[in-house]
Amino acid sequence: MSNYYNHRKFVIYAVIVLTAFIYIVRLFCMQVLTDEYKIKADGNSKRKQTVYPPRGMMLDRNGVIMVENQPAYDLLVTPREVKGTFDTLELVNILGVELETFKKSFEKCRKYSRSRASVVVSQITSDKYAILQEKLHKYAGFEVQTRTLRSYNLNHSADVFGYVGEVSQSTIDKDTSKYYASGDYVGITGLEKAYEKHLRGSKGYRYLLVDKYNQVKGSYADGEYDIASQMGDNITTTMDSELQEYAYQLMQNKRGGIIAIEPATGEIILKVSSPGYDPALMVGLERGKNYGMLQKDKNLPLFDRTIQSTYPPGSTFKTLQALIGLELGVITPDSKFQCRAGWNFGAISMGCHQHASPLDLRGSIQHSCNPWYVQNWRRILESSKFENVREAYINWRSYTLQFGLGQKIAPEFPSATAGLIPTAEFFDKRFRTKKWRWSYISSISIGQGEILMNPLQIANMACCIANRGHYITPHIVRSIGDSTIAYEKHDIDIQKRYFDIVIDGMEQAIKGGTAKGAMVDSVVVCGKTGTAQNPHGEDHSIFMVFAPRENPKIAMAIYIENGGFGATYAVPIGGLILEKYLKGEISEKKKAVEKRIMESSLIYD
Amino acid sequence: MLQRGYRQTKLFEHLDWLTVLIYVALIFMGWISIYAAVYDETHSSIFDISQRYGKQLLWMGIAGVIGFVILLMDSKFFTMFAIPLYILMLGVLVLVLKIGTEVNGARAWFDIGSIRIQPAEFAKITTCLAMAKIMGKPGFKITKVIDFFKAVTILAIPALLIILQNDTGSALVYSSFILVMYREGLPQILPILLIATIVIFIFTLMYPATAVLSIIIFGTFVALIYYRQHFYEVFIALAILIALYASVYGVTYFLNMEIESYHILLSSYLVITIGGIIYYLKKHIKKVIPILLLSWMAIGGSYGVSYIFPKLPQHQQDRINLVLGKIDDPKNIGYNVNQSQIAIGSGGLTGKGFLNGTQTKYEFVPEQETDFIFCTVGEEWGFLGSSLVILLMSALIMRIIALAERQRSAFSRIYGLGVAGILFFHLTINIGMTIGLTPVIGIPLPFFSYGGSSLWAFTILIFIFLKLDSNRMQAL
Repeated sequence: MSNYYNHRKFVIYAVIVLTAFIYIVRLFCMQVLTDEYKIKADGNSKRKQTVYPPRGMMLDRNGVIMVENQPAYDLLVTPREVKGTFDTLELVNILGVELETFKKSFEKCRKYSRSRASVVVSQITSDKYAILQEKLHKYAGFEVQTRTLRSYNLNHSADVFGYVGEVSQSTIDKDTSKYYASGDYVGITGLEKAYEKHLRGSKGYRYLLVDKYNQVKGSYADGEYDIASQMGDNITTTMDSELQEYAYQLMQNKRGGIIAIEPATGEIILKVSSPGYDPALMVGLERGKNYGMLQKDKNLPLFDRTIQSTYPPGSTFKTLQALIGLELGVITPDSKFQCRAGWNFGAISMGCHQHASPLDLRGSIQHSCNPWYVQNWRRILESSKFENVREAYINWRSYTLQFGLGQKIAPEFPSATAGLIPTAEFFDKRFRTKKWRWSYISSISIGQGEILMNPLQIANMACCIANRGHYITPHIVRSIGDSTIAYEKHDIDIQKRYFDIVIDGMEQAIKGGTAKGAMVDSVVVCGKTGTAQNPHGEDHSIFMVFAPRENPKIAMAIYIENGGFGATYAVPIGGLILEKYLKGEISEKKKAVEKRIMESSLIYD
Repeated sequence: MLQRGYRQTKLFEHLDWLTVLIYVALIFMGWISIYAAVYDETHSSIFDISQRYGKQLLWMGIAGVIGFVILLMDSKFFTMFAIPLYILMLGVLVLVLKIGTEVNGARAWFDIGSIRIQPAEFAKITTCLAMAKIMGKPGFKITKVIDFFKAVTILAIPALLIILQNDTGSALVYSSFILVMYREGLPQILPILLIATIVIFIFTLMYPATAVLSIIIFGTFVALIYYRQHFYEVFIALAILIALYASVYGVTYFLNMEIESYHILLSSYLVITIGGIIYYLKKHIKKVIPILLLSWMAIGGSYGVSYIFPKLPQHQQDRINLVLGKIDDPKNIGYNVNQSQIAIGSGGLTGKGFLNGTQTKYEFVPEQETDFIFCTVGEEWGFLGSSLVILLMSALIMRIIALAERQRSAFSRIYGLGVAGILFFHLTINIGMTIGLTPVIGIPLPFFSYGGSSLWAFTILIFIFLKLDSNRMQAL
């Protein structure tokens, strides 16, 4: 218009038109004329793979590996990539799963997501995987991911390790850290559960390029976005796997629980729940079936007798009663009470064993004299220091709690029972008055009646005595990875000298009393037997023991269902375990006992 | 009141609705592409503000408001405040260097709450206004050295500040003003030299030095024939050159001397050039001497490129080599471009259909909702869809040029051409990189790439021009 260079606008138009033309021609070449890019696109498919880390291993106190890992495989399906019909029957045959189960599982995957891969069959073993791998190319949309499963170097102690299974939806929802995804494994019971966060490690991710035949073509973007997985931390337990093995041999065909603790540290050396089961039963495709079988077993192998069973502690409780009596000053070591093989107080009668009379405190433990403890109990509850029996009971109860009774003492075992030391209110309700009398609850004097303890608490009580007045939180894990865990010390307000008097009695019980069968050469063993009454049949026998007397190395509770009087089974089993642990082997003269114990059966089904 | 109402009617009467229509169509297509690029079956509500397509919808709404407000403003504002706005923006560019947020290595962003603003996008507007102001002054002649430098300075300051932000791509946009300057009378030789430089650059990197030298010599001879219309001279010169080359080559061959053929050719050509200059000087034909000198400039330039290129940072070398097709590595540096070409190329004639792109769905192409948004267009809408986008964009640019050409005021004309140039540069570079024709330079595709800053900047650019255009009858 007003410009000398007006004509140049045509040059500019030409440049624009030419550029557009060149670009469109280029697009035509790329998109229409050649198949090069379409072929490349077909060969281009990204697959996000989760890399599952192996779980941390579990070692025993001597560094022996008890629990490790084995490779396993999961079959995944991406429903929208599944093309038309495929030979389901062949696939099912290779995997050895039911057709119906497979179809159901496939339907579930389809509902979960059409475009995301999810697990259709999990925990495929190596041999099946080898066959599957050959045929996988026929099944578009299916892929395999590598997992690890637990493998065990021992065939017992499943109760300690617990097991690992697929994470449930409710666990995924509850997990605030958003770690879990459907198909992940998680520790469901035992240590697997308690130390899940350490054992699981952290998942990694790998991005792969795959072609339309599902063949991996390399890593996507050169692995730039991959995240490496990290193996879980190993945990070192405090268990002695060799001793554990031996204890299980002794416990063949017997029901019961054994738990042994190192008093100085609170470390659980031995934890036997019999009958146990092979932890390998809870691994792999057969787990559901095996679990059902174990659940139906009349001998309740899934029931952890060391921490889940609670019984009146019987005569083992007398040690604690004597200690409290001494501390309260209601008795002295020389207090003597009459016993005429039994005792009557009005309506209450109590039997006793044949022994000399009267006995002092030490003798009362040695011979487990019942009337002695009834007298002790009466004095505790009728002590002039307290206004009434109720107040005295509350005071007494506070001492028992210091021994870890009536509460869960080991945080590692959330499924453990708390036992029971009833509160004063409990009796208020029972007797409909606050003015109850000592005789109403006289059974407690000898560890019967309302009070309940599990074997772990009995073993811990042994620790308290062995330590002369304290215990360390009982635990079964010493360290995670390289870091050692510190556990709390619990003090008991009873003077040390009183413990020595009770220990005298326990030593005498082994040397010449109710528990002779637990003697070990050149070791001073201290113990106390007990019997838990069983209304359904033979009584359960209980044995509480620690050794040696000075610098105790092991404190233990043994409890044998239907074992009758302690001396028959619990005491000799205790003796053998002590000998094995303290001496390393069983002496010749005990071989016969060992043989008898291993061969005897208390299961009458 | 009456008058105002009248003006308002006038505004919408004189508004170029064709431009607005294309603009709206492009933005709508852009949003569909973003939706497809970030689509995830777990978030399918289009208003989901946590997703980028949801946000883009919001940005689009704001862009509409901005456009409308600009139309309501007085067009004198833009002419009067062109320079103050320009200076203000320079201040902002300095500020972002100091307190900006760094994203992907470029300190080019302001974080305002949850919104992230990129000032470089808006600097284009103020620079364009300032250019229009300076170049539109009566008496301004780009052919005058002083005026030329004024214009270049206006461009260079923001460009340098943006380079300091480590955002070279956005700075390169300012080279698009060469279009305006050309239109306003930049000597023809400058763009030609520019093109020649680019050609020499490419040839030097693509072919052996001797071949490039031969091409230059051949080109010189062709130019001489064109100017002189005298075959005889040139054939003689050519014959002498070949004879010289052959004899020197023969001698060195027999003497077993190791002299590169490049140097033999170079010295032979030097002899011919000197001879030629003497010959023409004697004949008083000065016109052709610049051609001979230019050929030596080209040789020097070519040598310079081969000398400097290996000294460039590796990633820049790689990008250039990749476009030149000298290297082909689908996983490393070429990954983006390779994947983007696969995505576009696999679209076919009609594309795979909305939300059916496998390449974009699986996120093979990085930055697929921003710089590489054209991949989604190419893959899902195929050749027809991508051509339509290019045609619509070109139509918009040409429409803007046509509107610019009908302006009475130089300011409006220059501003309009500036807008067209910026759009053209973005279009050419962005789509060019996705189809492997230009190097990877991180600048957005107008109206398509995700991001508020870029959308708003282009909206403002276009709507200021539409406002100026609607007022074109008033003398400014």
